[in-house]
Formats: sequence, C-alpha cells, structure tokens
Amino acid sequence: MEEKLTLFKNRKRFGIEKNIDIIFKNTALVLSSFVAIILLGIILVVFFQSFESFSRYGLKFLVTSEWNPVKDEYGAFTAIYGTLVTSFLSLLITIPLGVGTAIFITEDFVPKVVREIIGSFVELLAAIPSVVLGLWAIFVMEPFLRAFFVFLHNFFGWIPLFSTEPTGRNSLLAIFILVVMLLPIVTSIARDSLNQVPKKLRNAAYGIGASRWKTIFSVILPAALSGIMAGVLLALGRAMGETMAVTMIIGNSNAFSWSLLSPGYTISSMLANQFGEADGSQVSSLFYAAFVLMILSLVVNIFAQWLVKKFSLKY
Amino acid sequence: MIKTSKKTPKNIILSLENVSISYGTFEAVRNVFCNFKKGNITSLIGPSGCGKSTVLRSLNRMNDLIPNCSLKGTVLFDGTNIYDKRVDPVEVRRRIGMVFQQPNPFPKSIYENIAFGARINGFMGDMDELVESSLRKAALWDECKEKLNDSGYSLSGGQQQRLCIARTIAIEPEIILMDEPCSALDPISTLKIEETMHELKKNYTIIIVTHNMQQALRVSDMTAFFNAVEYEEGDGGKVGYLAEFNSTNKIFNSPKEKTTQEYISGKFG
Amino acid sequence: MNSLYYQKRLSRNIGDKFFTSISVICALIAILPLIFLVTYILYKGGSQITPELFTLEPNPPGDDLDAGGINPALIGTLIITTIASIIAIPVGVGGGIYLAEYSKGGAFSRFIRFGVNVLAGVPSIIAGVFIYALIVSTKILFGSMYSGLAGGMALSILMLPTVIKTTDEGLKLVPNELRYASLGVGASMYTTILKVTLPSAFRSIATGVVLGIARAAGETAPLIFTALFSYYYITGFGDLFYEMGSLAVLIYNFALEPYDAQNKLAWAASFILVLSILSVNIFSRILAAFTEKTKRV
Repeated sequence: MEEKLTLFKNRKRFGIEKNIDIIFKNTALVLSSFVAIILLGIILVVFFQSFESFSRYGLKFLVTSEWNPVKDEYGAFTAIYGTLVTSFLSLLITIPLGVGTAIFITEDFVPKVVREIIGSFVELLAAIPSVVLGLWAIFVMEPFLRAFFVFLHNFFGWIPLFSTEPTGRNSLLAIFILVVMLLPIVTSIARDSLNQVPKKLRNAAYGIGASRWKTIFSVILPAALSGIMAGVLLALGRAMGETMAVTMIIGNSNAFSWSLLSPGYTISSMLANQFGEADGSQVSSLFYAAFVLMILSLVVNIFAQWLVKKFSLKY
Repeated sequence: MIKTSKKTPKNIILSLENVSISYGTFEAVRNVFCNFKKGNITSLIGPSGCGKSTVLRSLNRMNDLIPNCSLKGTVLFDGTNIYDKRVDPVEVRRRIGMVFQQPNPFPKSIYENIAFGARINGFMGDMDELVESSLRKAALWDECKEKLNDSGYSLSGGQQQRLCIARTIAIEPEIILMDEPCSALDPISTLKIEETMHELKKNYTIIIVTHNMQQALRVSDMTAFFNAVEYEEGDGGKVGYLAEFNSTNKIFNSPKEKTTQEYISGKFG
Repeated sequence: MNSLYYQKRLSRNIGDKFFTSISVICALIAILPLIFLVTYILYKGGSQITPELFTLEPNPPGDDLDAGGINPALIGTLIITTIASIIAIPVGVGGGIYLAEYSKGGAFSRFIRFGVNVLAGVPSIIAGVFIYALIVSTKILFGSMYSGLAGGMALSILMLPTVIKTTDEGLKLVPNELRYASLGVGASMYTTILKVTLPSAFRSIATGVVLGIARAAGETAPLIFTALFSYYYITGFGDLFYEMGSLAVLIYNFALEPYDAQNKLAWAASFILVLSILSVNIFSRILAAFTEKTKRV
C-alpha cells in the first residue's frame, strides 16, 4: 500500500492548490459583482450630476420646453415628448410588420430553406450600426420620401400630426428609421416565441378541423403572447435609447411642435448634440435629461423581464 | 365477417387502396389495402417503425403538417379520395377527428376547450348542453362539472386525455382516430378510456393505434397487424406493410401469418 | 358538389388567403430595406475605395476638394475595440464562470443575472454620459480629458452584458457528467473549470464574444464625447491619452458636413464597417450551423 502511494506525488492536495481554488472562486465572485457595481455607479453618477438642475427646476423640468443656454433656462418637455412619440409610433408600425414576418417564417408557406434565409437576413439587419442607418436615412430615405411627406401634408394637413410644411429632416423620418432598426428585434423574438409553442397545440387545433389562421389567431398567438410582449417591450426600450440614426435625421430642434413633419428632438439626440459643448448649469440639465431617459428605459426593461418570468412556460 | 363486408361496401366508411407513404426519399409504408367498417373499433398493431401511426395520421391528412411527407394511392372516404387535389384538408379533419398520443388540451378553460372546436365548426345550438353531453360521453362530466372554468391543465393526465376525447366528440365527427391514446397514462386511466371507447362505439367509428396487445384484444372488433421488412433493394432500411387484417378474434386466436403469431406471442416487437 | 372539396368562397378560406397574403407582404417589407440598404452601401461605398483611403489622414472639411483617407479612424476603431475587449472579456468571462459554475441559483446570482439584463438595456449614450462624468470631466487619467482610453471604457460597458451572458449560457450547456468525471478523479474546481468545462464551451463563448466585439465596433453614441474625434495619425502609445478618431464617429461627423468630399468619405467608412461586421456575423452563423451538424452525427 505504502509503496503504491508514493507513485502519486500529489495524492494530498498541497495548501497552495487549495488556496488557488479559493482565490479563483473569489475572483470570479468579484468579477461578477462588477455588473452590479457599474449599474449602481451609472445610476448614482447620473443622479448626482443632475442634482443641481433637479433642485432648481424640480418636476417642472419635465413639462416646460424652454431650453436656452443664454438665459440659463432649461426644460426638457420637447425632448421627452419626442422620445415618447417616436418610440411609440415606430413600435406601432413595427409590431404588425414584425409579427406578420415572424408568422411567415414559422409557418410552412414556402420551403424551409427560403424561410431560414429570410430569417437570417432580418437578423443581419440588426447588425448594421445605427450610424450607417443614419447616413443612409440622410442621403437615400429623406429624398425618397420627400414627395410622400408633401402629399401627407396636403391631404392630411388638418390632422395636427401633419400640420406643418415638410422641410428636410423631421420626426417622421426618425420614426421610419426606428422601424427599420426595431423590425429585426421584434421579428426574431416573435419567431422564437412562436417556435416555442408546443407542436401538440397546433395538432390539437388542426385535429378538430380548425383552419390555418384560425389556429394561429386562437391557439398559437395567444400561447406566444407573453414572449412577443416581452420582445416588444425590449424594442421599446431600444427605441427610447436609440441615438445616432435619430440624431442624424430628426432635425434637432427644441421648438415644440405637435407635427411629425417638423424637426424634433429626443433626449438621446439632445445629449449627443449638446453634451460635447455644454458648460455650467446646462451640463447638469443634460444629466437630468439623461436621468429621465435612464429611468424610462429601466422601467420598460424591468417590466419586460418581469413579464418573461411571470408567463414563461405556462403550458 | 370479411366476406360480408366485401359484398356490402355500404358498410365500409373508409378504405385504403394501394397506399404508400414516404418521408422525402424514405418510404415508411408500402402498398396498403384496407377497409374500415362503420361502427367498428379497429386496432392497428405492430412493432415500432412499422408505419402504423403514419397510416393513422394519413387518414385525416394530419400528415400534411410534416414536411416532405407524400402519399401515393387513394384513401376513399364518403366516396371521395381525400388526397384529391380539390379536397380541403380542413373539411376532412372536421369529419374525421383525432386524439393524440400526448394529451393536448388548449391552454383555455375546460369549457372553452370543448366550445372552441364546436364554434369553429359553426355550432348553432345550446353550447352548455353540448359541453355537458360531450363530457358525459367521455365519462368526464362527474369529475369536472364543478370546475368547468378551470384551466384544462388543472386536470390529471388521464382526465386531460378524456377532455381531448370530449373535445373531438363535440365536433361530431364520423370517425375518431386515436394515436396510442393511453401510452402516457396509468392503468386506471387507461381502463376508463377503454370504457369510454365502448360507449362511443354506438355512435362513432373508431380507429386506434396501440402498442398494448391486451388493449387491442379488449376494445377492438377488427385488428390490422403491420410489420416491417428490410428493403428488397437491401440498403438496410425497413419499410412497413400490412401483414394481416382480420377480426380481432381471428388475429389473436388463429392468425394466418407466422409473423403475426410470433408478434402476438411476444417473440419480437 | 362534394362537401369535402375545397370551396373558394367559404369565409374561412377567404380569410386564410387574406391573412396569408398579409404575412407575405410583411415579410417583403421587412427584407426589402435590408436588400436596398446593403446593396446601396456596397455600391456607393465600394466605389469610393482606393488604396490611399487606407493610408491618408482625412482633410479638414472645406479645405479642398480632396477629402483624404480614413487611416486614423480605422486604426482608432481597432484600438478602441481592443481596449474595450481587454476590459470586458476577462471581467465578463470571470463573472459568467461564477454565475454558471459556483452560484447555486441563490439570491445573489439571480440579482446579478437581473443586473446583466438591465445593463444590456441601458441606452448606449448613457454609457458615454457615465464615462464622461467619471473619467473625462474629472481628468482622472493623468490629466487627459477626451481619450481613446475613455472611449474604450465606455464601449466595454456595452460589451460586458453580452460577454457574461454568452459565457453563462455556454457553460450551462456543458453536460454535468463532464464536471463529475473531472471532480470524481479528484481534480480541484478551478482545474475542472479551466481544463474541462471552459474548453468544451469555448466555441460557443468565442462566437458570442466575437459578435459582441463586432457590435461594439459600430457603436457611436458612447464615443462622441469620450473619445471624440481626431484628424491625425496615431503614432505612439501616448496617443491613447488624447482624442482618438473612429470609423463610427467619422461617419457621424462627415455625414453632417455640407461637402460632397466628406460625405463620400463617410460612405467609404460605412462600406468598410458594414462589410467587416456582416462578414463576422455570416462567418459565425456558418460556423454555428456547421458545429450543430457535426454534433448531430
């Protein structure tokens, strides 16, 4: 017995190896808590930097739209309105398009190869940097849609949303470029949720003589709804925080207007535009705006996560 | 029995004529001829891979849902080949219902599970009455009459399967196909479903795939034994065929084929 | 007329046809912009590509008709993404290892996983704002303000959630039997992780990380007030502490210039950026499909 043992030099774990094990584990622990530290750091830093502006304007900041570095008066209503309007309207267009596309690539209308190509095509769209989309929007989309905007104004000018003469960059263009950006997100999440619906539910509906779309509307979409909803919320968060493409095409004007055909502002485009050159209390007001944006996207995100947890795998 | 059925084809509700089914290039079953009699329970038995489930699914065109699945030959129902290009598979499934291997209630209430199918089939009568009578026929009424608004998933596995049977009955099909309906269930639930099937026999034609030979013996009037042989082309793959089709009594007591005898006595499977 | 036959005028059949065409139209609308976009960028940007583009500095707008090249921005993007990777990959992989291998699904790991998802949803410009407040305005990095280093830090915040997630998920896919086998012969936990678990999850983690890097390379918002922009060649290590150009910010700045020469430079930079990001994506997709196939056999 004794003899055999000596063949193994490391039969007993040396103290150093035990220590390495402990150090390794604790390093991993510290690294994983970095996420929490950074997240907390972001919230605290942005909050404290906005403190000066917050104590000066309070909640009035959210509802006034004066933004005047000369008079040193700040209110972010135009940017907040722009953020909400562009993100919600773009989502309103994206949801039916994205879900429709997802249904197309999960049903067997065309051979599987074709569907998979379309699916990966749409996902590749998500990989294109937003600044490139912005460039494309400036030089291709805007000239292309100009006539359409004139038409919108001439025929629907009585609706406040289209009440101004279209002049170059405007909020509606920002909405359209957001649709291009959100489409891949909504489509791929909707596709995943549809694919997760158990096959036996489809069999059940077909087995009692339901037609294809009856099955989709009454059985498959309801079962996939929570997943799709979570995807929509994630897309909403993305839309609110999206910066570059919107900044490049929205026109960046703080003059408030209900009309989508006039230049507008979003919180993130205001940050991108002014942060570099701001000083004094303007910086604090920009931080305040950033704080509002962060809270908005945090709420949307946390709600999305809650939804996923609450409704996942109910059947 | 068989002779009389040939003389009076009016008794035949569904007949397969030279049916071969393939998945892509792989042939699953070959050259099946088979007549199903009205008001009978017919069992399809045989070793795994013999294509009996494939044949069952082809009877109401559920095979359409499987990519690359193709069928040659004719399946005559009500004087029509259901694989005719002009036929609407949805219409076929409304008249030939199906109960699946895994209980698959909709994620809706018990009541809605039954009402859903009836509604899409354009049911105009009293829905409450239909729900009750369907559940009664499936021998489930007493167990769930107090909780019709609970989710179908609150039931036990056996109850769920009977709910699926009730759901199928509610659309009043002429034929009910059952694909190993008891394979996921415990013995007591199995017995209950067998009792249900005896009840249903009065009004419906039932075709059931089962792995359990005792079950075939207990419930069915006719039994079709499917077997699989290696391809004559000899590439190692197997193809299913209908080895013997006769009254259950004959199949189990005096089978004509040697393979049937061997399968019945448990020599392979 | 046989009742089993398909009847066109049945309301359910009309409805089915109607909705089917709607979903076809949706799919068309969804892929048309991509085809349009990619071909336009390839055509418009590809036609601007010259050898000088890769070697010259950009000329300040308005100086003359020749815009010069994008060399500093190209090198800058490489440097900034490298800095971001150097920070995010060790932290992210280490954190992912803790979540997948050590934590036992307790409150802490649930909180961290939640935090990862929340951080992934923080708008990218907020990461820039955060680094601006923390690094740029405080001049904490040896007195320098805008710098390539600060830009890399901002990008690393965006990469971190991706890296943790892919590590966590990649490790979770490794079958437990493999861990037991190693631990069962008396290997330490860290040996098991480094020699057995991590190597067998390597490919899926690497794919995720590379995709994360590709995404970060195109990010602009975190850079515009951390790294800012520079027209000049990067000559040495010291340049890390000064303003640094990048392809993304170059596109942003030059797209908004009124001069055609600068606009063309923006298109050329887009061409390079999109081409490299798309090829990384397509390559990793093919690789993933390939591994899946070999696994099945």
